[in-house]
Amino acid sequence: METKNIMIVGVGGQGSLLASKLLGRLFLTKGYDVKVSEVHGMSQRGGSVVTYVRFGDEVFSPVIDKGEADFIVSFELLEAARWTEYLKKGGKIVAATQKINPMPVIIGAASYPEALEEKICAAGIELDAFDALKIAEEAGSSKAVNIALMGRLSKYFDFTVEEWMCAIEESVPQKFLELNKKAFMLGRRA
Amino acid sequence: MKKLMLGNEAVARGLYEAGCSFVSSYPGTPSTEITEAVARYREVYAEWAPNEKVAMESAFGACVAGRRSFCGMKHVGLNVAADPLFTISYTGVNAGMIIGVADDAGMHSSQNEQDSRHYARAAKLPMLEPSDSAEAILFVKRAYEISEEFDTPVLLKMCTRVSHSQSLVEESERVCAEKTYEKNPQKYIMMPGNAKRRHPIVEERTRKLVAFAETDCINKLTEGTDHSIGFITSSTSYQYVREVFGDRYPVLKLGMIWPMPEEKIRALAAKVEKLYVVEELDGFIEEHVRNLGIEVCGKELFGNIGEFSQNYIAEKMGVKVPQGIALQEEIPQRPPVMCAGCPHRGLFYTLAKNKITVFGDIGCYTLGAVPPLCALDTTICMGASISGIHGFVKSQEGAADGKTVAVIGDSTFMHSGMTGLVNIAYNASNATVIILDNSITGMTGHQQNPTTGMNLKGDPAAKVDLEALCRACGIARVRVVDPYDLAQTEAAVREELAVAEPSVIISRRPCALLKTVKHPGPIQVNADKCRSCKACMKIGCPAISMKDGKAVIDNTLCTGCGVCTQLCKFGAL
Repeated sequence: METKNIMIVGVGGQGSLLASKLLGRLFLTKGYDVKVSEVHGMSQRGGSVVTYVRFGDEVFSPVIDKGEADFIVSFELLEAARWTEYLKKGGKIVAATQKINPMPVIIGAASYPEALEEKICAAGIELDAFDALKIAEEAGSSKAVNIALMGRLSKYFDFTVEEWMCAIEESVPQKFLELNKKAFMLGRRA
Repeated sequence: MKKLMLGNEAVARGLYEAGCSFVSSYPGTPSTEITEAVARYREVYAEWAPNEKVAMESAFGACVAGRRSFCGMKHVGLNVAADPLFTISYTGVNAGMIIGVADDAGMHSSQNEQDSRHYARAAKLPMLEPSDSAEAILFVKRAYEISEEFDTPVLLKMCTRVSHSQSLVEESERVCAEKTYEKNPQKYIMMPGNAKRRHPIVEERTRKLVAFAETDCINKLTEGTDHSIGFITSSTSYQYVREVFGDRYPVLKLGMIWPMPEEKIRALAAKVEKLYVVEELDGFIEEHVRNLGIEVCGKELFGNIGEFSQNYIAEKMGVKVPQGIALQEEIPQRPPVMCAGCPHRGLFYTLAKNKITVFGDIGCYTLGAVPPLCALDTTICMGASISGIHGFVKSQEGAADGKTVAVIGDSTFMHSGMTGLVNIAYNASNATVIILDNSITGMTGHQQNPTTGMNLKGDPAAKVDLEALCRACGIARVRVVDPYDLAQTEAAVREELAVAEPSVIISRRPCALLKTVKHPGPIQVNADKCRSCKACMKIGCPAISMKDGKAVIDNTLCTGCGVCTQLCKFGAL
């Protein structure tokens, strides 16, 4: 199988590492070669962060380049807009509609672009945007945005719900398991 | 069963399986997780040392005692430990010793982009360079074998993309590898008479290692089907070459980056019409190949700045790469920021407000340099704030007195700030040093240090008394402030700058991200009282923004530190 590429983008501290862990577990149990590349250190402090997840028969590079991503999963709208160039032709962006102002916007040195969803679609990019934060809160915690996004992403894969649930069980602590399973299902159905 | 494992965790696994029983390191991105992961193995003693030099010398002591040892650090940490490095090359080892060093091409979290491979050549030490997690485990084990067989410390070179990428590994059992200590002054006492006898042994060792490099499978040639071109590469660059070209062309992958083979390279060069070297940063392999009199293409094509990627290599080689769609839209940057509730914020606001020249240091507080605070003037390396301010103030003959401070974190102060402070006292400069004591090593992700009262394993440990230490260095004026209290902080800064003698202010408040820190909860905005003066925006808190002309607090971020409430003259916060 040709290598598939998933980018997870967001703001440092939003929980993208858990999402990549879950995907890694899932693809591993399905017998694929997997590589996941993460960001640690300074960028984690509220900066723009990106995690690369790649799976296939044999994966070499740990990173995803421009025009290569089958999916971009975005925790935040501006971050979805920032990385569109990395999407493959025919790829899809799965995005939370949440907006978080970066520091240049907060201090008035730049402005948060208007109508980003429309602009992304107008550029001919397939965008599946939804209120993941609301779903996470409905499931019991705003921190479950990552798993709500995974629920939404799962719609585009042939893996069974049970297989996804197994990966969730292996990735999240027992006491948050029910909450995350709920967030996943709500995201999948949203 | 195969497992998905981070490169750094794989190094730790390799250490465990190889019977390593002593690890001493100083945290530094991208190397930190090696030591954190190895500390989880009960059988391995692991510690955070105050700096990399201490870590390396401790690991050396352990290997002399007959225990396989390891010390880990980032690239700039190896500069700190360079002193022992060059001499333990002469003594060699008893049990095996590995020095782990992680470079940061692309400078994701570093102040420079140095290429640590030069140290291997300069210190005449073998260096292994894995290209994924499975190799990380394998190469650690191989490194101990080489270390003991050739009587040498071995450098294990990582980089951000290998350290912080997960790939598949298979685990195996731990082996036992212990030796006994025997006194051997000719080998371990490096005074001139002995060192003169050791140097030829080092040169002979390198000759033997070159022969090893020729025959060992750690340097692997894949034949390929098309001999019009060929590659010599290593580490993550190897993965990019394979990603672009698969197994079409011959590739010599160097697992041991120093010393390099000669015959293997000549054989490949003879086979192909054009030879390329693909390596990040400097032309280290390329220079070696050229020195053999072989024509090669490398840095002239690929450059020596930043990280590579598959498309980067493909484009340079004239291979078409996929294109994506960039939005025709100005996308604001999202630089890292000091967290909401960060105790450094109140202090930097005070320094910026008073227009003070600030010698900065390495840590989260380097983020005090970015807008809107813009509070720093210099950042060089660990400890350079304190030594730097001494030279600045002293050379200005009084003109800079009262206008200049140094800021340094608790962990960085223990690392290499203390000696600078001794210099300030001893050579009498009128400098004010502010120790930002947030009770943890912050930027690298919360590691304990000698001021926190806990060790790497999480057990209680001796705690350095910073006030007493500063006084013992010869500083009479030492005081503590709470940076959440702006009035108290400003008064302290002004008073200490006004006196004509050196002083230390300890700005003490634990990191807001520590799980043990309890927060009062988000600040509430009284929108009716907000006059849109934007005074609260001057501190650059990510939890505060303006919406429809009124201050808004993000409840998911705000910790309730109260720094903004002290700036609001209208009681809206």
